[in-house]
Formats: sequence, C-alpha cells, structure tokens
Amino acid sequence: MASGQQWVLVEMVQAFYEAPAYHLILEGILILWIIRLLFSKTYKLQERSDLTEKEKEELIEEWQPEPLVPSVSKDHPSLNYDVVTGPPSHKIIVNGKECINFASFNFLGLLDNERVKLKALSSLKKYGVGTCGPRGFYGTFDVHLELEERLAKFMRTEEAIIYSYGFATIASAIPAYSKRGDIIFVDEAACFSIQKGLQASRSFIKYFKHNDMEDLERLLKEQEIEDQKNPRKARVIRRFIVVEGLYINTADICPLPELVKLKYKYKVRIFLEESMSFGVLGEHGRGVTEHFGVNIDDIDLISANMENAVASIGGFCCGRSFVIDHQRLSGQGYCFSASLPPMLATAAIEALNIMEEDPGIFRVLRDKCKHVHKALQGTPGLKVVGEPFAPALHLQLENSTGSRTNDLKLLRAIVDYSLDRQIALTLARYLEKEERFLPPPSIRVVVTVEQTQEEIEKAAQCIREAALKILK
Amino acid sequence: MTESAGNKNEDCHAANGVKPGRNGMVKNHHHHHQYQKQEKVYNAACNGELYSRPFIESFEETPMLVAVLTYMGYGILTIFGYLRDFMREWKIEKCHIAREREEQKDFVPLYQDFENFYTRNLYMRIRDSWNRPICSVPGATFDLVERSSNDYNWTFEYTGRVVKDVINLGSYNYLGFAENTGACATAAGEATVKFGVGVASTRQEIGNLNRHEELEKLTASFLGVESAMAFGMGFATNSMNIPALAGKGCLILSDELNHASLVLGARLSGSTIRVFKHNNMQSLEKLLRDAIAHGQPRTHRPWKKILILVEGIYSMEGSIIRLPEVIALKKKYKAYLYLDEAHSIGALGRSGRGVVEYFGLDPKDVDVMMGTFTKSFGAAGGYIGGRKDLIDYLRSHSHSAIYAISMSLPVVEQIITSMKCIMGMDGTTIGRSRIQRLAENTVYFRRRLREMGFIIYGNNDSPVVPMMLYMPAKIGAFGREMLKRNIGVVVVGFPATPIIESRARFCISAAHTKEMLDRALDVISEVGDLLQLKYSRRKVLPSLDRPFDETTYEENEE
Repeated sequence: MASGQQWVLVEMVQAFYEAPAYHLILEGILILWIIRLLFSKTYKLQERSDLTEKEKEELIEEWQPEPLVPSVSKDHPSLNYDVVTGPPSHKIIVNGKECINFASFNFLGLLDNERVKLKALSSLKKYGVGTCGPRGFYGTFDVHLELEERLAKFMRTEEAIIYSYGFATIASAIPAYSKRGDIIFVDEAACFSIQKGLQASRSFIKYFKHNDMEDLERLLKEQEIEDQKNPRKARVIRRFIVVEGLYINTADICPLPELVKLKYKYKVRIFLEESMSFGVLGEHGRGVTEHFGVNIDDIDLISANMENAVASIGGFCCGRSFVIDHQRLSGQGYCFSASLPPMLATAAIEALNIMEEDPGIFRVLRDKCKHVHKALQGTPGLKVVGEPFAPALHLQLENSTGSRTNDLKLLRAIVDYSLDRQIALTLARYLEKEERFLPPPSIRVVVTVEQTQEEIEKAAQCIREAALKILK
Repeated sequence: MTESAGNKNEDCHAANGVKPGRNGMVKNHHHHHQYQKQEKVYNAACNGELYSRPFIESFEETPMLVAVLTYMGYGILTIFGYLRDFMREWKIEKCHIAREREEQKDFVPLYQDFENFYTRNLYMRIRDSWNRPICSVPGATFDLVERSSNDYNWTFEYTGRVVKDVINLGSYNYLGFAENTGACATAAGEATVKFGVGVASTRQEIGNLNRHEELEKLTASFLGVESAMAFGMGFATNSMNIPALAGKGCLILSDELNHASLVLGARLSGSTIRVFKHNNMQSLEKLLRDAIAHGQPRTHRPWKKILILVEGIYSMEGSIIRLPEVIALKKKYKAYLYLDEAHSIGALGRSGRGVVEYFGLDPKDVDVMMGTFTKSFGAAGGYIGGRKDLIDYLRSHSHSAIYAISMSLPVVEQIITSMKCIMGMDGTTIGRSRIQRLAENTVYFRRRLREMGFIIYGNNDSPVVPMMLYMPAKIGAFGREMLKRNIGVVVVGFPATPIIESRARFCISAAHTKEMLDRALDVISEVGDLLQLKYSRRKVLPSLDRPFDETTYEENEE
C-alpha cells in the first residue's frame, strides 16, 4: 500500500519534469487567476466617494440645515389656546366667561364628584403624588393591583393592565403583538393613537372603508388568496383587525357582531378601542360588547382610557391573561414609563364603584344623548354627525366653502358666538398633515349627565342662532 | 474646538483602569503613545478645557474569569430551559403558561414559541425581584406588600402582611419630593378638592387651564429658556414630540443607550436613524462628518437637518453626557441637540438645573431641553423647553397637545410647589439644602462602595449607582438577600443591559440620612461577601474617614 502510493508520487514528479514549459506557465497563470477571483470583490458594495479631508471640510462648511422648526404665524388657529380658569366641570370658565360645558369628555360627571375627590385626597395623604418609578422598579402600588383587578371584574375579563397615559395605551398595545411582517386591517376612521400604534408596529397596514364590512371582507379574501400561494409564510403571519367601539372622529359605532363573524371565518384577531364607549354604552357601561350582546371573550383585546367617562388619567387594556400578560414585558408605555400616580388610580377605583352601584347613570346618559341629538337636528347649514346614543357628536358644515381654513373659521365663529352666550363648545382638532384620513372640520358637542333639559335646549337654540347668523 | 487638545487631557480621562471601547476618550488615554498620530480624528474628543470641573467616569473592565463563568451560567440555564420545555411538551412537568382559547387554536399563534423562551425559563425564576408592590410613599423608606409564591413565581399570593420600613434604594426620588405631607402634598390636596383629578379634554380643545400655563412659565424660568411646554407623560413627551421636530429627509443621531422613548420617537418620526457609541465623541463626530459629506443615502441630497439625541444621566450606566463636547460638535456641524434630562434635572447642578448647569454651560446652546417631572419633582409628566419659536411650533403641532388629555391638576400643583421649593421661591432653603444633600450622599455612597471593592459604573457625581453583579443567578440572589435585610434595591439583567453585565442599581436620594446609607452600605457589604460580588481589582485606598460633612459639593467644584 505504502509503496504503491510512493510510486504515484514519483510518477507525478516525473510528469511535472516532462511537461512542456508553456503548459506549466499556463497552469500557473490559471492558478493565479483562481486566487485572484477568490480574493477580489467582483462587485462594488457601494460607490466609494473618495473625498479628501479638504473636500469634506468644504462640504461641511457649505451645508446649511433647515431651521429646527418652521416659524408659526402668531394667529395660527391652534396656537392660542382657550384658557380655562377653575375646574373643567359642568360649569366651566372659558376665557373669563362662565359657561355650561358641552366640550369636556366628562360623560358621567365624575370629574367633580365629591366621593371621587375625597378618595383621591385620602390616597394622596397616604402615597403622595408621584410614584418615582416604573412598574417594575417599585412603581407598583397596591392600588394599581386593585384597580387592575376591579377593571377586569367590571369588564368580566380575566385580566386588565393599566397605563399611565390614555394615548399611550393602544399605541403601546398594538406593537406589543404585531411585528414587522404581520398584517393589520384597520378602519379608515381610526383615531390618531391607533395610527401611531400601527406605525410603531412596522406591520403591513391595510385600511378598509369606514364601517364597510364588504370592503374588509374583500381585503381578507385577497389575503386568503395570497396565503394560499405561500402557505408556509401564512402560518406565521399574525393578523389583526383594529377598530374603535364608538369612533371619536365620526361618533358612530362599529358593527361588532359582523366583525366577530369575520374574525372566525378568516381567523383574524380583533383589537377594540373603547375610549368613547367604555362607561357609556351597554346596560352596565361595559361598552360595545355589552351593547351588542357580544361575548367579550370573542374580542382579543379591549383598550380604553380612563380620562373620559372615568374622569381620571390613564388607560387600560383587558382581555384574557394569555393576551394581556404579554404586555407586562412588551408594552413599551407600560414597562418604560413611570406608573400612574396612586391617587389617580384611587379616583378611578371610586369612579368604578359609582358606576357599579348605579347603572342607571348609563340610561340617563343615553337619554341625554338622544335628546341632544334630536335637539340639534335641523340646525340650518349644519349637519349632526353621529349615532343618537353617542356622547360626543360632530357638527359639520352642510356646504363646505371649499377651503378647510375658511370652514374652520366659520365653525370657530359659531363656537365664539356660543361662548359669548355661556355655551362652551370646541372645534375638533386634528394634525392636518399627519392624519391618515383627515376628518372634515367640525364642532364637537359633548353630552354629560349633568346637562339639564333646559341647558340642552338653550345650547341647541344658541347654536341655531349662531348658524343662522354666521352661515348666511 | 482646538488642535491643542492633547495637553489637557488629564482633566477628562477616567480616574482608574477603564473599560476600553466603552468610552472613546478613555481608550485614547490608554493608547497615549498613539495620540499624536490620532490627534486629527480625536481632536474633539478630549477637550479638557471645555470642562469646568473634573469629569471622572469609570467602567471597570469585566474580569475574564467572571465573564467566562457568566456565559457558562447562561449556558446551563439555557440547557435546563430546553430540558424543561421538553418536559412540559411531554406533560411530565406541570405547565403554568396561560393557554390560547380552544376556539382560537387554529389561528396563527400570537407568540412565536422561542419568543418567550427567555421569559419562561430565565426571567420566571427570579421574577420576584421585580414589580414588588408597595403600599406607602416611595420616600427614603417604604412599606412592601409581602407576597409569596407556591409555584416558582408563576403566580403570587399576598400573605396580607406588610414589610415595614424597607430602605428604598430603588425609586427615582432624587430630591425627596415624594412626600405625603408638607407644602407639595398640601398644594396637591387643595387642587384635588378644587379641580378634581381629571381634565377630560386636550390642551387644544378645552383642557388648557391657567395652571398649566403657569407651570410652563415657571418651568421656562427654572430652565433658563424662553418658553416651555408640559406634557402628561414623560415617555410620551419623547415619543410624541420628536416626530414633530424631525421627519423624512432628516437624520437623527442617537446614543446607543438612549431610552426606549427616544428610540420610539425617532422611529415614529420617519427620519433616518444612526447610532453612535455610548458617550463616545469620536463616534459621534465621525457620523456627523460622514453624514454631511455624503448626504442622504442613495439620493445624496443634503440632509434637511441633523438632530442629536442624548440623555443627561443614563439610567442604566450612571454616566453623565459629555455635554461640553456634544455642544462643541453640534455647533461645529450645525446640528441640533435634543437633551433628555429625565434623570438629571433637579439631580445635578448647584441649583438643580440639570446637566447644563453642572457643566456651567448656557441652556441656549441646547436646542431642545426635555425632561420629566416624575423623578426629582415627585410627580408625573414631562416638559420641553427651548426658544419661543420651538415651543410655539410644538403648541400647534405636538401630538400631545392635540390628542392627549392634559395633565391632572393635583400633579401640576405638586410640580409647581416642588419647583418653587428647588428655586428657593418659597422663601426657604429647603430646596437648596436637598440638592446639596443629594450631591453629598452620592459622592459618599459611591466612594464607600468602591472602597468595599465593588465594581461601580458611571460618573462620580451621578446619583444613579450601578453595581455589577454579572452572573444571572446573582441577580435574583442579590435582590432577595437585600430584601431579607429590609433594603429594597433594583436589579437589572438582559435585555435592559448587555447579557453579561447584569447589575444592581441604587438611586440615591436627598431623603436618605447618613444612618440609612451606612446601614444600607453595611448590608450591601455583607451580601456582597456572601455572594462574592466584590469583583474590583483596583486598589482603592480607604480614605482616612474624613468626617461626612467635609465631602461637600463645593469641594468637588474645584
């Protein structure tokens, strides 16, 4: 064996000697060529700009940045805020005039409820104001745990999680689940915090026409066809439908029963934003699910803020523990923010107590809503947008002047006219360039349980007068 | 910016052996012989003359053996994790994980299985070190709700007992304004009675109270800027305002250790984001030069603007931003500077005005002064201060002003009262003495820990004191042993820190008395011996126990 190998080796050396020179040279060149191919880059990754230091200096010298912010003209419509002195409750002092409040989202009138105030005060005396830390690092107070438990019980879900800022609630919840590559189907009228959540998730966003279930189903079907093409990929793409209960921008309600049907048909999860409907709709104020009699477990996640009906600060998400618990490590606004001041949590707990003790409050609110909705009908030049049971309606111009700025001016004139006559209204404000689908300009009319029959009549009368005077 | 930087670098290098690479300048010192060659690149980095005070910051290198053992620890935990996952799969071990509903079993899984591997198998073992519920003021001491677990931390039961008077080394209560008595609580109480707790509208609609405006005026005068605006949540102050300042075609240069809110804000803005090494001025300058010279990627158009995002004190590192150099760079390259003073406002500077005052700089050189009211002011929310045109723009374009409910009035009063106290406008010297107390406590606490032989990260003057634990098992052990001895500490591990750099973090407060700190230090030393945490290989000679009061702030100034 060994000798055989040796013989081959000898033969090779012999062959090498015998080979003609040109052959050896050719082979040598070929070997060098292979080495070159192996070690050289055959393509340029990026056009290298070989700027000399001097050229760089010149470019740096030359560069002029834009100003940090563009200048804002002094009379920009949203620069000069209306100033409120005193509590923003049923009677509100706007720019020095005492008015009846038709503008704050204080639906149940809990903002100046004595019981809530007293509880908040006693909590303040126990805990102070701030929490000085995020939930993870000694920012969890016993009242936070109590509030979470109470919210879960109120909504009849397994678990609830609270955030310290209403806006951050859904905006943090969406990206906790939906990641790059996932698909979110979302209503065009979705509010701004949903839009920010979508953006933060970096998922693939598909908008369907507002409350148009056919349009949504069309998109779902399209996706189904897409999935059949690539079933392996489809098995890992999470999909969600994000809708609002009562839309803040349009004051109408989402068709939840149909959405639930679509959910099971196409296996999509539903996230429901209920800031406008929590503590408003349903016999016990549980929101849209109760309103429609939908099983709350069919909704994967419900979020709402505690700043409207509950009249405190912050927001919460609720649902099954399987879903909600994930946010305790993945909800950015939960993990990385200081927790809710305990006194605000206590105030929310007391508000829940009141809501649980007297569910009649929701019927009163519903009646008032219907009353306002009816009273505002037939205002010349203005149309009422929203469901009769929605507590925050929009008054839009019947005929637009064709320019948003002029429309806003007209509506603002109506607001000012009303302010002069002790009716506090406000324009619905939007970031015009940032909204995905900018709602038309409108006056917001908010209904609360504290408004009396006469006050509602007075407000409707006042708006009518203003419209007659200003829109003619 | 001068070329003669080399001769004064004694001022700005770190005190002792320092983790190379963490900090550009320090590395520079280690390779001193190379300095002449590298002067051009590093000229902005070591501008001793820019500093009005010694800048002593250190990150002692991880000992090799410790690093190896730490990796091994994670290795063992991972192997056991797989083993237990396997057992759960085969129903040998009881599984506590919440399950998907039966009706939705055929949906696409909400979580990828591996996503929660770390949570399930590593975090769960030591989950009791976090989210500990408290039931008192988060002041110098607090009361903890006792809880126990019968299923290895999957669920907790509350025993109904309260652990009283635990020394609080965890809350960001730098100036001790987390109080339930005194001027702040009284003012907040009055506001509660008068206004209630909610506002139920946004600033732009009908939630703009004159108290909000007063808070903003006061904040502006405190910061020494033209104008300021306040927001209801500190996190959202960043994430909802950066998008108003930068957009497509803009470049954001962000420190690698910036807080999640800054990262989110930058991402939401739609700008290009580039990250520089933590507090490393060469890295920042290189990014600036290249960005301006090359313009936007692909199109090569010049950038519309460049925004540098930094924090005053980094809450996981305890480091202080090299602000004089950042400002020099920002001026040289015409970039804008966004400074997040979440942890430094109130906690640094002779009169608590933050890192700008600490370095003796002009607040006008910082374009966007951001900070929070959560920490030093014992309240909640955040602010942005700056030139009037900036604030006017934010008032009309900030997401917060338009879409978020305004700040709660009791919270506003807490801030106004505490800020007036810090400024001495309440006619007392309480504020001033608290600031001094915090500075003294910080220096004392850090010095003692170093003398004991712990590895302490960060700046000598930073009230955030990270102490290295390294090994995963020691995270839980340290938290538990300290609590056993009635001291509440924060422990952090991956993903909040690099995987091997798990640490405990102490937050010093002006409310801590010398006795409390001494007791805490004794316990830390005891637990440190027990868990073998005294990793430091530096020789620190115990200073000849000077009387406590002599370690004053003024002395530091020189």
